[in-house]
Amino acid sequence: MQQGSGLTRTLALIPSSVMIGIFFLVPFVLIVLTSFSVEMDNGDYELGFSLAHFERFATWFYIERALFSAGLCALIAILSLLIAYPFTWFLTNFGPRTQTLWLIYILAQLSLSEVLIAFSWQILLSRTAGIANILVWVGLAEESFAMTPSAGAVLAALVYLAVPFSVLLLYPALSRLDKSLTEASRTLGASPLRTFFTVVIPVTRPAIISSGVTIFVLTLGAIIVPQVLGQPQHWTLSVLITDQAIFNFNMPFASALAVVLLVISGSVIFAVTKLTGAKA
Amino acid sequence: MSTLRRIYLALFAIYLIGPIIVITAVSFNEKRFLSFPPKGFSLRWYAEIFVANDWFTSLMNSLTIALAAATLAVLIAFPVAYTAWRFGLRYARALFALGIAPFILPPVIMALGFLLLFTSVGINGLMVNVIIAHAIFLLALPLVTISLGLESVDQSLVEASQTMGASGWVVFRTVILPIAAPFAFAGFAFCFVLSLNEYIIALMTVGFTVETLPVKIFNALRYGYTPVIASIAVVFMLVNITVFSLIAKFSNLTRILGAQD
Repeated sequence: MQQGSGLTRTLALIPSSVMIGIFFLVPFVLIVLTSFSVEMDNGDYELGFSLAHFERFATWFYIERALFSAGLCALIAILSLLIAYPFTWFLTNFGPRTQTLWLIYILAQLSLSEVLIAFSWQILLSRTAGIANILVWVGLAEESFAMTPSAGAVLAALVYLAVPFSVLLLYPALSRLDKSLTEASRTLGASPLRTFFTVVIPVTRPAIISSGVTIFVLTLGAIIVPQVLGQPQHWTLSVLITDQAIFNFNMPFASALAVVLLVISGSVIFAVTKLTGAKA
Repeated sequence: MSTLRRIYLALFAIYLIGPIIVITAVSFNEKRFLSFPPKGFSLRWYAEIFVANDWFTSLMNSLTIALAAATLAVLIAFPVAYTAWRFGLRYARALFALGIAPFILPPVIMALGFLLLFTSVGINGLMVNVIIAHAIFLLALPLVTISLGLESVDQSLVEASQTMGASGWVVFRTVILPIAAPFAFAGFAFCFVLSLNEYIIALMTVGFTVETLPVKIFNALRYGYTPVIASIAVVFMLVNITVFSLIAKFSNLTRILGAQD
């Protein structure tokens, strides 16, 4: 079946190789080089080796930002999995048509720009048109109030952003789950709830862990929600990188922060993969 | 269990769809102020997208970029996925893995990398910059869908056509391509939708010269509430639903998302 000489196969790959090489590998190398660059007197920078930008990161202000980002994203990963897991399990037991319809909706919402998600939560948490009005109506509050900016607002919107992703990440494992396992458990007299906790969850543990890690890395990348719904003390590393690059024109420091972000996401993926033996 | 299940499913649906319904309702407000439930009914904020010059320009920018980026991504992905599948080339598999990586990293990292690359060669703010950047960032999607499609090609079909004397090119065109094409389309459509909605890479590559819709929306958000944003959100949601329905119609959505056949 081997047709076409080795030469034509290699030729066919040249354009793709050039594109991936220039536009993925080079930018990557540039970030690392820039993060170690030396600042010149005129405020510009040139390539060299200096740890000044990493030293600037190693102050409590930025370390606290990094810890806050990691803690927030870990919390979001846990919450979104808790919300999405039972749904995904029910979804895989629906008929193919219902499944497809739900998947279309979930994909559509997942693709919706983070800008628009932030906007919709701004409305939901606003004084004039928000959830607070329901509280007044039920009698839990005296008068309506704005729930933004706050850490809770950032958390709520980011969980909302992460839930559709969690569903799609859990979907393969749950839909491939051997149905004879759950049937056996039911035949042996276990209730559906018991089957869920003692069979379904343990069997899909590797998928739960790898989905959690993916959600963690994904929410680390959120940029707009913390800016629109939070105060500067709720900004995550991604926001700080944007801020340094676009508004302070400090490329070396932005690159150093990007390297830190890369190390955090990389080491979390690595650590969890090592600890659990799960495929991340 | 069954009542519990129903309550949970209802709450989940409200949680997921509720915010979208609120945004939809708000978009029909007659006045410029934000209010829910909406006061009056008007479609003027939908008309505004097409009438107001600046919104329409951004819409056109976004559509052009998304179409071009999705096309480019499929063109880059196809040879890689094809040679990796057909000939099992180790080099093609390495390229495949490299092509997946940009999508997994936090997008701000790729955005910064593109910004550094384009400024270092002195080509700033051209639309082609963001087209290439999006194509590379979203390359993982056509790579995965196309290789899924190729895996479903029956090897015995390929061998049979070869035994009957079909050349490599004829086999490719008459056996492989018809099976792989819907999956390539799915990859194209995924790219299109995600490029349309992408913010940070568009901002860092061309944010100050070519304003895409997400960038324009974010800039508008800083000056407070504008009802046009609500109508754009509804339009985007409809576009997303249409595109994913097309994918579901022309290729196998549950399979692409990882369910077994």
